[in-house]
Amino acid sequence: MTGSDKVDVAIIGGGTAGCAAALELRRRGLSVALFERRTVGSQASGVNYGGVRQQGRDPAELPLSRRSRPIWDRLPALVGHDCEFMATGHLKLAYTPEQMAELEAWSAMAAEQGVETRLMGANALAEAYPGLITNAYGGSLCPTDGQANPRLVAPAFARAARRAGAAIHEHEAVTGATRDAAGFRIETERGTRILAQSLINVAGAWADHVARWFGEFAPIQVLAPNMLVSEPVPYRLPVNIGVCGAGLYVRQIPRGNLIFGGGKGWADREAIRARPLVEVSCQASAQLARTLPWAANAAVIRSWTGIEGYFDDDIPVIGLSETTPGLVHAFGFSGHGFQLGPAIGEIVSELVVEGKTTTPIDAFSIRRFARAGHQAA
Amino acid sequence: MPERIIIVGAGPAGTRAARILAEAGLATVLLDEAAGNGGQIYRRQPPGFRRPYAALYGTEAGKAERLHAALDGFGGLIDHRTDTLVWSLDGRRLMLNTAGRADSLDFDRLILATGAMDRVIPLPGWTLPGVFALGGAQVALKHQACAVGAKTCFVGSSPLLPYVAYQYARAGAGVAGVVDTTPRSAKLGALPDLLAVPGVTARGLTYMAWLARHGIRYWHGATPLRVEGGEHVTALVFRTAGGAERRIDCDAVALGYGLKCEHQLADLAGCAFRFDSPTRQWVVAQDDAGRTSVDGLYVAGDGALIRGADAAELAGERAALALLADLGRPVDAARVAQIGRHLARIDRQRRGMDKAFAYPNHLAQSLADDVILCRCEAVTVGEVRRAVTEQGADDINRAKAFCRVGMGRCQGRVCGPAAADVVAAALGRPIEAAGRLRGQAPVKPVPVAVLAQAELGETQSA
Ligand SMILES: Cc1cc2nc3c(=O)[nH]c(=O)nc-3n(C[C@H](O)[C@H](O)[C@H](O)COP(=O)(O)OP(=O)(O)OC[C@H]3O[C@@H](n4cnc5c(N)ncnc54)[C@H](O)[C@@H]3O)c2cc1C
Ligand SMILES: Cc1cc2nc3c(=O)[nH]c(=O)nc-3n(C[C@H](O)[C@H](O)[C@H](O)COP(=O)(O)OP(=O)(O)OC[C@H]3O[C@@H](n4cnc5c(N)ncnc54)[C@H](O)[C@@H]3O)c2cc1C
Repeated sequence: MTGSDKVDVAIIGGGTAGCAAALELRRRGLSVALFERRTVGSQASGVNYGGVRQQGRDPAELPLSRRSRPIWDRLPALVGHDCEFMATGHLKLAYTPEQMAELEAWSAMAAEQGVETRLMGANALAEAYPGLITNAYGGSLCPTDGQANPRLVAPAFARAARRAGAAIHEHEAVTGATRDAAGFRIETERGTRILAQSLINVAGAWADHVARWFGEFAPIQVLAPNMLVSEPVPYRLPVNIGVCGAGLYVRQIPRGNLIFGGGKGWADREAIRARPLVEVSCQASAQLARTLPWAANAAVIRSWTGIEGYFDDDIPVIGLSETTPGLVHAFGFSGHGFQLGPAIGEIVSELVVEGKTTTPIDAFSIRRFARAGHQAA
Repeated sequence: MPERIIIVGAGPAGTRAARILAEAGLATVLLDEAAGNGGQIYRRQPPGFRRPYAALYGTEAGKAERLHAALDGFGGLIDHRTDTLVWSLDGRRLMLNTAGRADSLDFDRLILATGAMDRVIPLPGWTLPGVFALGGAQVALKHQACAVGAKTCFVGSSPLLPYVAYQYARAGAGVAGVVDTTPRSAKLGALPDLLAVPGVTARGLTYMAWLARHGIRYWHGATPLRVEGGEHVTALVFRTAGGAERRIDCDAVALGYGLKCEHQLADLAGCAFRFDSPTRQWVVAQDDAGRTSVDGLYVAGDGALIRGADAAELAGERAALALLADLGRPVDAARVAQIGRHLARIDRQRRGMDKAFAYPNHLAQSLADDVILCRCEAVTVGEVRRAVTEQGADDINRAKAFCRVGMGRCQGRVCGPAAADVVAAALGRPIEAAGRLRGQAPVKPVPVAVLAQAELGETQSA
């Protein structure tokens, strides 16, 4: 892209959120230019655990998550690929009565919002998963949850968006943006300048930089969930598992690999580098061996991590800017934004086009950090 | 506190390095996943085997015996830990798996002498039982005293090709023929460089002459087309330099296109890499003493640059001398210069080798879509091409993310080079533009139970 082009909407960030937004905006007939520093889905969206779960979410996040869930079923029609999504269910395991009480409380809350779970005691677990899970006190199964291959999702949305006419620019970081009467003036590392009527900030763990350009503050904490995968072993685990307290999560794909994680690796977001930490990998392995003793003999073949933005209250920033008309934020998904991605695309598009969305998002306003007394330093 | 010095790999390079440091009075820990020192070429025979050195190592018997004895008498300074796989490097810490027991060791200085492995290019039928890597076929013969087949066909482009065929025939194992992809003219053109180390070159020519005398056909400039067989290999089909299609009946195929550096640990350490055009592969960037871009980290031997066992020993010594110098210890400048001259001569000869047994990038690039490229994950050549042309992968790591090539048990050790060729060709760019597969821990598979045990506080430091 050269010179000074004009578009309806510019998007900063080519993760699941940005790519889904590009597709949705094209479906609504707007012209779109998306800029991605590396390649689409190369950051958190492409390297995450692949958990597509509603279970365990903050009550405020559940409507978003519910909205996203059916889109996963429609991926083949929407983006031309199922992205290996499977509704395997998500089983959260409790090891103490207190943990079980938490699961029960969440389950009651979720039921009110229309998300069904099945609470199971030790006997029910043993019956449903004979020989698979030992020592658990109980669990909660959310049968509509599942898993997908993260490496495929954002690129599939990007290809669909491109086919629909969006301009997707890879290897092109946005270096600055300002707003004047004519709109947003956006500049990239390649010297491209474009003028956009609206701007969507879905820049992941780097999105607070973009917010700062418009005088807004968001206290992002950068963390890197630590992940491992084993060689293929016989397929036995038909459900995606999370463990209360311990932080372990594990799933098995039909080709046999066990994918698991827990704890955090090392990340430097300015250098855009992250690596898993051996000690953390060992801790997660110990948890896996305790949770699923049959998995102890599987050999780990690879470990990795990715750069993710977190907030202290564990929910994202989503909504219109407080300072700048036409600017929409959606970032800081705090380790659980993969499942939300497809819905985020719709919601930010609604915000751009209509200035509001049908999904409740008040809890996610960037305003909450101003109120908490944070200063834009 | 004295600096903690660790050497990974007890082949010619690592053994010599440990010895030099011990002679200077420095203590080292020498780690190797094998049961004894010697590395690939001077690999020890399994327990219970008692064949003499001459039978095992041929012309190199003297060197093997010297190397095996090199650590004797230095037990107080060299802590040689056998059966110890180094599976990760995290900052200044190595993670170990000693026969199923987890451990960790911290270092201040590290010499990586991790050697090389076979480089293969897939072809139709290469996943049939009976197809082996060339080096693997040699190991079977030399160390387990068994041939991989009763009639083995040798295929590829490597100085080991005539040599292993010769070793097989000498041992009385049937050799169905040698199919070499480099034209004879390239070998003649390489002669001036090859003569930089006349002894090695003369040995190579002797093997070829011996094969000819014993009626074993050797085709130069051939193009392998496919391995045939139902349950097991029955034939190799290839095109001769003249363009005729030929079929060789055989029950085993030994396939090898030279060696590739094992440098995953250097990658995890964050060492810079460069593309080495003569050997057509990525290598750790290093100065002429083996210093890498990471302070206190040295590489030596075939893991640093493929140039054979003699050079590996010299490079091991050179890295040890560099380490001593970096510690402020005196080193013998004359010896350093002598090693430099010797290595320069070997490098010239290797340039000849790289021409005489050139790596044929085009073979992988022209494979048909339906050929299996990645055995671990059963990914075809076509899937890799489509990851580029349809899904927009612009390098090998992106292609891996999309289609799982190199994502399996071997982590791309086997299919990596060919996959990079396919990606580069699909991009219409030079091979180095396809990038290199990023290393990820563990460098070799480690059971969950072993990792779990490391967490339970059973680790210790040196
Ligand atoms: C290891 C790991 C495991 C996880 N597991 C799960 C899980 O199981 N389930 C789940 O729901 N969530 C999970 N998450 C969280 C989830 O992956 C993220 O919340 C989600 O992918 C965020 O998507 P995104 O599009 O907002 O951000 P990203 O995918 O990070 O995309 C943002 C993009 O913006 C680009 N960018 C930044 N600044 C600029 C700029 N100035 N110019 C151009 N481009 C820029 C970046 O390069 C990046 O590609 C996990 C995260 C990680 C790291
Ligand atoms: C299969 C094969 C056959 C060969 N045959 C011949 C031949 O016939 N003639 C010839 O001249 N040359 C041959 N070579 C080449 C020759 O072996 C090398 O030039 C020479 O051995 C290089 O010495 P080195 O010390 O650099 O590496 P090596 O001798 O390969 O030694 C490296 C050592 O490091 C250890 N190691 C590697 N990674 C780890 C790790 N992560 N943890 C613990 N230990 C590790 C290995 O176990 C090995 O013992 C062959 C090479 C191979 C691979």
